[in-house]
Parts: sequence; C-alpha cells; structure tokens
Amino acid sequence: MGFLTLKVWSPYLVGVGIGVLSWFTFLLSNKPIGCSTAFTRTSGMIEQALSGKAVADQPYYQKFPAKIDWEWMFVLGIVIGSLVSALISGEFQLRLIPSLWMAQFGLAFFPRFVAALLGGIILGIGARWAGGCTSGHGISGTLQLAVSSWVAAILFFVSGIITARVIFYGLGG
Amino acid sequence: MLKTLHSQKKIQLIFGLIMGIIFGFLLQKGGVAKYDVIMGQLLLKDFTVIKIMLSAVVVGTIGIYLMKGMAIVELHPKPGSFGMTVIGGLIFGIGFALLGYCPGTISAAIGQGNLDALLGGFIGILIGSGIFAHLYPRLDKVLQKGWFGEITLPELFKVNPWIVIVPLCLLIIIFFYILESIGL
Repeated sequence: MGFLTLKVWSPYLVGVGIGVLSWFTFLLSNKPIGCSTAFTRTSGMIEQALSGKAVADQPYYQKFPAKIDWEWMFVLGIVIGSLVSALISGEFQLRLIPSLWMAQFGLAFFPRFVAALLGGIILGIGARWAGGCTSGHGISGTLQLAVSSWVAAILFFVSGIITARVIFYGLGG
Repeated sequence: MLKTLHSQKKIQLIFGLIMGIIFGFLLQKGGVAKYDVIMGQLLLKDFTVIKIMLSAVVVGTIGIYLMKGMAIVELHPKPGSFGMTVIGGLIFGIGFALLGYCPGTISAAIGQGNLDALLGGFIGILIGSGIFAHLYPRLDKVLQKGWFGEITLPELFKVNPWIVIVPLCLLIIIFFYILESIGL
C-alpha cells in the first residue's frame, strides 16, 4: 500500500482517476462532478440562520434550495479525502501563506488574507454567473462535450492567465 | 439507467460523500490543492492542472459516451449564453488568479491545512455566492443575452459524437506529447 502514502502521483494518473470517477458519478448517482452550487446552498443556509428568515422566497434559492444534497456531501468529502491523503503521506501542515506568495509578496498574512477573500468573492460571483466552476464546467461539462462548458473553461484560463501576469509582473508583464 | 438507485436519497448522500472523498484524495495527490501549483499553471510555468483536467476529459468523455450509447447514463450539459458563459467565465478567471484556488481545490486545500484557503478564500466564495443570489433577479437580461442553451459540440456540428471525440482525444494526446518533449 506504499502507493497510497506517496506525496505526489503523476498528473496523468490523477486525471485518469478523475475520469473513471466521473463514470461512476453518472452511472450510480446520475450526477456530474461539480462543486460551486454547494457554496450557494451553504451561503443560503448561513443567511437563513443569521437573518432568522427562510431564503426560499428568493428566486435563486428556489433554483438551488438551501439544503444539503449530493453535491454538498461531495464537497464535504473533498475536504476529508484531501485530509486523509495529506495525513498518510506526512503532507498535512497548518500553513498561513503559500510559499510562492511568500517569495513574491512577503511574510505578512494580511495582504494574502485580503487577496484570498476578495478573490473568493469574485470567483464565487463568477462561478454562479457562468453556471459552474473548474469542476462543473472544466471537467464534467467538457467531458460531456457541452458547448457552454468548453467556452467557460477556456475563458476561466484566459482570464486567469492574464490576471495572474498582472498580479505577479505588473501591467507591463 | 439505475433509476431506483438514483432515487434513494439517503444512499445518494452517502455516495456523494464517498465519491467526494475519492475526488479530494486524487486532488491532493495530484498537487492541485496547492496554491503554488495552480498559480504555476496560470503563470504557464507548471502544467499539472491542465494535464489532470485534460486526461480526465479523455477518459471521461470516452466512458460517458460509450455508456450513453448503451443507454445506461444520461447527459446533463449546462445551458449557456454569451451573457452568462462569457461574462461569468471572465469574472471567474479574475477571482481564480487572485485566490489561487477554485471551489473544488480550495476544499482540498482546507483538508491539507492551508489557512489562507479556509479563512480567506472559503469565506469569500460563500460571500460571492450570496451576492450573486441577491443580484440574480436583476441579471435576467444579461444572462439571457445570446442564449444558445444546453447544446453539445456534436449537436452543434450535427455529427456523430465519435467524429468529435476521436480527433479531440488525439489532439489532447499530441498536446501532452509536446508538453513532455519541451520539459513542461
């Protein structure tokens, strides 16, 4: 079982694994792999808890009710699966700042926190705007050959590549 | 189709959890739960993310379309429009590069102990999703603009799916070969 405790697997092997997993999500659960609607549902649950009012009268939560469903459990599973993988390979470590960020922007947590929070807000809006994320469009949608998903996945990367260059090398980069 | 199995709600929640655990395990092993690897992709220095996604597409597409031919699975292509897919895709990319994770990989990053993912990005995505839910009733016109619906590439070109799948998979394999031969 030494295989399971390796720190890194070949990206091709991991990709094949995800491809095979997608066969089973379709076959056994009639679901494509996806992550971002679970965030919408959680956001609705939190708003419901904080405001004390049901969010079911809002049109978007009629489309995606603020309830635990297959995909919500799937996202919970991702956290657990990654935790297990990291623990058995000795990779688990509490880290405030990723090393690439540290090398470029320094050791202070606050700038990284602000970038992550702001990035998360923009990404959350974008994922719901486009109707999916790097999993729902980028993997499950493209493998169904959906036109919307190929367009979305290509634009995620085009826009991400341009933005990353601006962040790391400035507007002249 | 395993319709009876699909309709058993409790079993499906357990399936969701188990399949998610496998997905999270694979993401962590692939290294894509790491900010450095995702930003390496967006800075075009490390092609791990694209290698994983496109090899999943090759294996996934072939399997799903074979099973669709046997009528044991059905497709769920997402609808699209210019206003939805293009504008949403561009917004997503900006957030993707600022955050350095996406909704799936951030969940895996949390699992391996990245606190910027948990305290910053995760909360950000929840806020962003909430903002969108509130904006949604006012975005109708924009989202409907240039509507093309739930169409797939074979339907668009009016061809047998394999006419798309075979060249697509060959192109992806040639792309991998090029990446490996230039050392990326």
